[in-house]
Parts: sequence; structure tokens; C-alpha cells
Amino acid sequence: MNNIVVYCEANGNAIAEVSLELLTKARSLAAQLNTQVEGILIGDDLKGLENQLYAHGANIVHKAEDPRLVHYQTLPHAKIVCDIIEKEMPQIGLFGATPVGRDLAPRVASKLKSGLTADCTSLEIGEHYDKKTDTKYENLLYQIRPAFGGNIVATIINPDTRPQLATVREGVMKREEINPPAKGKVKNWKVDELLSKEDFIVEIIDRHIEEKKVNIKNSGIIVAGGYGVGSKENFDLLFQLADVLGGEVGGTRAAVDAGFIDHDRQIGQTGVTVRPKLYIACGISGQIQHRAGMMESSMIIAINTDSKAPINSIADYVITGDFEEIVPKLINYYKKNSK
Amino acid sequence: MNPLKIIVLAKQVPDTRNVGKDAMKADGTVNRAALEAIFNPEDLNALEQALRIKDQVKGSTVSILTMGPGRAADIIREGFYRGADGGVLLTDRKFAGSDTLATSYAISTALDKMEYDIVIAGRQAIDGDTAQVGPQAAEKAGLPQVTYVEEIENIDSKHLTIRRRLDNGIEIVKAPFPLLLTVHSSAADCRPRIAKNVMKYKHARTLTELQDATEDYTRLFSDRPYLKIREMGADEIGADVESLGISGSPTKVKKIENVVFKAKEAKVISSDDKGIEELIVELFENHTIG
Repeated sequence: MNNIVVYCEANGNAIAEVSLELLTKARSLAAQLNTQVEGILIGDDLKGLENQLYAHGANIVHKAEDPRLVHYQTLPHAKIVCDIIEKEMPQIGLFGATPVGRDLAPRVASKLKSGLTADCTSLEIGEHYDKKTDTKYENLLYQIRPAFGGNIVATIINPDTRPQLATVREGVMKREEINPPAKGKVKNWKVDELLSKEDFIVEIIDRHIEEKKVNIKNSGIIVAGGYGVGSKENFDLLFQLADVLGGEVGGTRAAVDAGFIDHDRQIGQTGVTVRPKLYIACGISGQIQHRAGMMESSMIIAINTDSKAPINSIADYVITGDFEEIVPKLINYYKKNSK
Repeated sequence: MNPLKIIVLAKQVPDTRNVGKDAMKADGTVNRAALEAIFNPEDLNALEQALRIKDQVKGSTVSILTMGPGRAADIIREGFYRGADGGVLLTDRKFAGSDTLATSYAISTALDKMEYDIVIAGRQAIDGDTAQVGPQAAEKAGLPQVTYVEEIENIDSKHLTIRRRLDNGIEIVKAPFPLLLTVHSSAADCRPRIAKNVMKYKHARTLTELQDATEDYTRLFSDRPYLKIREMGADEIGADVESLGISGSPTKVKKIENVVFKAKEAKVISSDDKGIEELIVELFENHTIG
């Protein structure tokens, strides 16, 4: 009762990174609220996956297994999650803001008539005083998210409905295993009676899902390019620099939209959030949406022909000039000075 | 094959791609009047998918359902210009302050009063980017949902075969009528306005707009009844007032902050060889690279 429940996405033999990030966050929220963390795991043949959930903070894992649940489908998953929530009555429910989480959470929230906040970038516990009703609320979940194209940050609360539901963006929370390791317990849910034929009326005919080829989120060094890089060919120069430095290449939304670089390398509010130790921004003006996804980098080098580019206001080093001339010099002097 | 009735859910949104200082009111809500009002981009993708079904299945009709203030009638006129056959403006002061749950309640209640085989919405609106209203309305209307639609690959008398765009790939699903789709921005762009339709519908008005009009439309409207845009309020859709607006919205905005980036003193590096080499040496020395 009154625990924090995290919907965990199982992809084959792995749990989605964002689910583990959420369990880690749920653990610290639960400590503040003096309550426990529960994971929900739905799929087919989930043997052993609960161990990854325990390792990241789940005290209880609710498991629903059925051969029909091998791939995510809205209706059966929504029904199972609602059933678990109605019976367990958690105070908070968290989902990753992934295609799955953003499909599922609103369906669940609508059924439960609970408040749901999308795409949170931060979660905190706090209080609230409502002047109109002279009511004081304690231990509410502050659901913090960018809104209005990234120009504002809003704190949303659900004072009166439970659970308080939120989807949380991938990569904004840190993932950490519990030390020393803890062991939780599994609660198995029988779903054959719960699910009916109508829950499977949307039939999956075919799927082509590629494994994520790149993981720029975990890279310590990122060389990123914007629209100013000018072409797909010019990005090759950034790849050469990243290669030499042992880093990865990222891009702004404008560079992705222009086809210079793949979508899975997009950094910013609509891409991934990164916090490497070194971020080299080439031909990036620094729109607010992009800065939101990289401003926590430990060190930022901005290379731009415009000495007044907004990116410069958050940079540690500013080089005013053409990246096409400067990047080869960086490669050259790196090679010369590395032992 | 029997003709299909399609409803497109569309929203008029402030163009958040250009937000100035004057766009926020003191209470943290958006001053929509300060921003240009546009047809939500992904709702245009949704309209295109609806029009493609209409092209393929003879006799099918496309209606726009939009919720908003009086000026949101622009969305319905825009729909007419691009090929829609009808539209309903869901408008009432009682809807003000609705979050996604209260909005989806109003929309699903309006859908109950309309006939349809397919409801198509954009994935999300650029003023909130929540992507919640589509699935929430589907749940309340008791419809299966197919989100992130990129293309409708096949239509038969009972089903749609649909390609969905996911993060790392695609999924093909087959789903029966009635159902609700949300369309992804990677789907085809909407066709432009058709000059003939602009001529035909440029005088389309809601009753409220007619009352405010300076010209007398009485004769025009009795000759051309198709110019009348239907308005529905909370009473017409038979909504429970407690479930609308602020009282029907479980989420509350506690605080709004403008995004402020801490400006720090940047070290300016000369772009010549000497400057770049000094930078590299410094990065080695402070163990940023190595």
C-alpha cells in the first residue's frame, strides 16, 4: 500500500535503461516517503529479469507472464497495469517517456481518472498549500517538466488523485545499483482470466526493430554538430575528431532534420540528454532546446563563426572560427601531444 | 466497400517555436493572444491520412472536431480548404482550464454524439507535447488505439493495416473499426489548400461568429447551408460539468519558471595554431582528454 510503482519495459533479455533509471530515482523518493519500491514486469518468459529490478531498488516485482504478451500491446498491458494499481494502491506510478510509456500511461491514467504529467525531467517530494480550500498537502510528488517549446519549466502536482502518475524522459535520471545488493520478492499475477480476446483485437503483423547502434548517452566525450556543419560529408570531420578522442558524435535537431546525421544521435529536448566530461559543439548556435540536453556537460568547447552565438554563454572555451579549419588542428595537436 | 466516416481531432495552438517575453501571464498560464495561432503541425499529418482514406474509399467523409475558443473555427475552415467535408467546434467557458484528462473527457463525450468509423489525431500538440489526449480519449470512448502512425498500408471492409513509427524501427498492425489513430510527424505532409474549396468555404462561420459579423449573412446562409459550422457546448454533448475544466483536472500547475541559463565566463581561444595547441595541452593537463 502507498508504495511507488515503476512500469519496467522488458526488451528481450534486458530491461530498458530508462526503467532502471526510474527505479534508482524511485528508491530515493521512497526513502524520503518512508515507503517501498515496486516494479511491474509484463511479457513472456521473464525468467530472472526481476534480479535487474532488485539490483536497482525494487523491493517487490509484480510479474505478469503469458505467451500472448511477448510484444508490447496497449490494451492488455493497460488492463494488467490498471489491475495491479487498483489492488496495490501505490501513491506514485512512474513510466519511461518512451514510445511504449507514452502510449500506455495516458490509457492507464484515463481509466484510473488520475493526473498524469508527461516527459518529466525531474521529480521531487514537496508540500502544497491550496488557498481556496485552505488545505495543506504534504509529501506530494513535484513533477517537473519543460513546457512551451522549452522556454519554461513547470512544476505540476496532483493534490487529490492517487496514484500520482508521470512519464520521465530517458537519460535525465542517473542509474545506480544498490550497494550492498538487496533481494526482493516476486508476486506473480495470473492474467489468463483477466485478459479477454477483445484485448488482442489489434494484431501485430510484423516488426522491424533495430538494436540501438550508438549509445551517445554514456560517452565521456561528445563532438556535436549543428545545422552550421552544412552537410553529411562535413560531419565526417566530426567523426574523425571523435574517433581520435575516443568519443561519439551527436547532432542538433536541425542537423538531424536536414539529414546530416542519424536520429539516434540527436541531442536536446527531443533527443537524448547527455552529460559528458567534454562536449565540443561545432557550428551549433545553441537554441534553448539543444542547450537543455547538454548544459550539464562538465566542459564545453564552442566552435562557431558567430562570436555572439548563444552557445557561447554556457561554454568554458570559445573558439570563433570555421570548424572546417579548427577541427583538423584539434586532431593534429591531439596526436602531437598524446603519448 | 461501404464509405467510412472519419473524424479528425485537431487543435489550434500558439506557435511555440517563436515565444517572446510577453507570452506568459502572471498566473503561469499561456497568453495565447500574444502568439500566432496555427493548425497544430501533427494534426495536419492526421488530416492528410484522413483525406487519403477518403480518396481511396468512395463516399467517405472527413469531419474536423476541434476544442477551443471561438477563433478555433479557423481550424475548421482550414480543414474545409484542404478537403474536409464538415466540422464541429467544441466550445464552452466550462472547458476553460482543462488538463489532458478533462479535455479527453469533453472530446470523448462529443464523439459519443457523432458517427464515426475512424478517429484520427496528431500524436501531440506543440504547446504541451504531452501526446496524452489521443490515448485518453480512446480509452474513454472505448476504442482501441494505434499510436505513432506513419502510413495506412491497406484498408479492407473491416480493418486498417497500419505502419507505426517507433524509436528504432517500425511495427505493422492490423486493427478493426472503430478505432483511434495518432499520427507521427514522419507521416506524409498535408496537401495544400485547394483554390476551389477556399472560394466555396471562405464564408463558413459559426453561429457566434455570425452574431458578431458586421455584414448580413442571412441570405447567404439560407442559400448555402454548408457554410454553417456547428458549435457544441457542455450541455449539447451532455457532459458532467464536474468532470470539465479545472474541477475535472487532477493536475495543477504549482509553479512556472522561465528557463535561465547561468552565463559563465568563457575563455576565448584564438583559432590559430598556437591557440589550438595551448587548448589541447590544457585539456591534457586537467585530464579532460588523454
